[in-house]
Amino acid sequence: MTIDAVIFVISAVVAIFGAAMMIAQRNPVASVLYLILSLIAQAVIYVQLGALFVGIMLVIVYAGAIMVLFLFVIMLLNLRGSEELGKPSGRVSRFTKYVITLLFFVELIFVIRGVALPPAPELVTNQPDAFGSVKAVSMLLFTKYLYPFQLTGVLMLIAVVGAVVIARREHPGELPDDTAAESTLAETPKEGTKA
Amino acid sequence: MLEMIVASSIKVIIVMLAVLTGCAYATYMERKVVAFMQHRIGPSYAGPYGLLQPIADAIKMAFKEDVVPDKVERITYALAPIASFVPSLLVFAVVPFSADFTLVGRQVTGVISDLNIGILFVFAITSLGVYGIVLAGWSSGSKYSLMGGIRSSAQMISYEISYGLSIVGVILIANTLSLRQLVEQQDTILHWYIWKQPLGFLLYLTCAIAETNRLPFDLPEAESELVGGYHTEYSSFRFAMFFIGEYANMIAVSCVGTTLFFGGWQGPFLPAGLSVIWFVIKVFCFMFFYIWLRATFPRFRYDQLMNFGWKVLFPLAVVNLLVTGLIVLW
Repeated sequence: MTIDAVIFVISAVVAIFGAAMMIAQRNPVASVLYLILSLIAQAVIYVQLGALFVGIMLVIVYAGAIMVLFLFVIMLLNLRGSEELGKPSGRVSRFTKYVITLLFFVELIFVIRGVALPPAPELVTNQPDAFGSVKAVSMLLFTKYLYPFQLTGVLMLIAVVGAVVIARREHPGELPDDTAAESTLAETPKEGTKA
Repeated sequence: MLEMIVASSIKVIIVMLAVLTGCAYATYMERKVVAFMQHRIGPSYAGPYGLLQPIADAIKMAFKEDVVPDKVERITYALAPIASFVPSLLVFAVVPFSADFTLVGRQVTGVISDLNIGILFVFAITSLGVYGIVLAGWSSGSKYSLMGGIRSSAQMISYEISYGLSIVGVILIANTLSLRQLVEQQDTILHWYIWKQPLGFLLYLTCAIAETNRLPFDLPEAESELVGGYHTEYSSFRFAMFFIGEYANMIAVSCVGTTLFFGGWQGPFLPAGLSVIWFVIKVFCFMFFYIWLRATFPRFRYDQLMNFGWKVLFPLAVVNLLVTGLIVLW
């Protein structure tokens, strides 16, 4: 085995191990940590394939920013594992759980077998220098994939505005429909007279 | 291949020793400088001028009892200092310390690894540094730690955006992401990027202080409110790891600042083999500035800190980026 193959196998195993442990954990903080481990291992694979920029971006965006927010929310809600996530399920639901998982697994096998997979390519690590560089990626983003890229931007903007609207609602839990607006209108004079 | 591995290993060892010694003496420097600014003497018992104080401190730290409180989440609690310590040292892998020079007939590059996207690597690693603090705050099972951890993550997320944007101006002008090429472009004092990006530099400096949790942005460890902040429940060597990590972070942002805005190892008079001296002098000035700030400013209030980050720094960074972009295009 070449050194490239060794690195690939190690990082692939770590990535899959992290992903599996993420699902298996009851403690949400441990889940986040395993996901970070998996992401970093994936970044190593990208770097090894010559896509340095993509790998680093994976770390900056996912491991560095998004996962911090996850952790932040979990900390604020103070989820401490099993008691919040419900007790281990009873016999009936445990049975269904395994049956459904098995069915899904079998289905997955059939689906994958149905798709004609291309033969596994050789592990290519000696790409030309420009491959996966900032320049190559941005050229694609701003020429060939310009519209999808812009649309994604708009979509994210909508999501951000939506998040702000939900967070800024004056009475949390109420929908901002007409009745809610009326009730707030009706309440304001009362508060005014109290003051 | 083997030769490369050996050469890299030697460089790693030298750099790590230098950085860790630097951290130790940064604590000494901080205490001395602040003491002089406050008309005190500072550490003066251990060795001449108290020069052995950092060593005495290190020995004390190592031999103290390691107290682990009852209500901690054991694994995360043990992991947090490491998660804080390791990223702070990893940054030095891409920092160019000196010009290439020839040593006993061999060409030696002045950087451990010359990544062509070095500056992005720095930011990727810096963005991982927040985990140590967050996890320490969460796993300690103490309200002070938790408050410290939450404050810290909010602060780091807020300032990281301006931090990233503040250097994009330099990258636009330089048209490279490699730290080594950035240094090579700033060959004389007139070509330093601070002249082309003065606002970018101020933004970088401010955000870097916030990122490293130093005064006046040291809300995560505001001792008057939060005892010790996220590391309240840590003692002995685990505490030392946070402590060293913080100083290593300071040195790291000073190194990156020097590289981006002050021409790194470039300087007159010295041959390539000694150019590292210029680098050290510049980093030293950065560190002095840090300590000077600490001795001068009071701490921000928490809401002021968030307002400042989002309503002042972030718009300024965007404007700086737009103006730079227009000028580069034009």
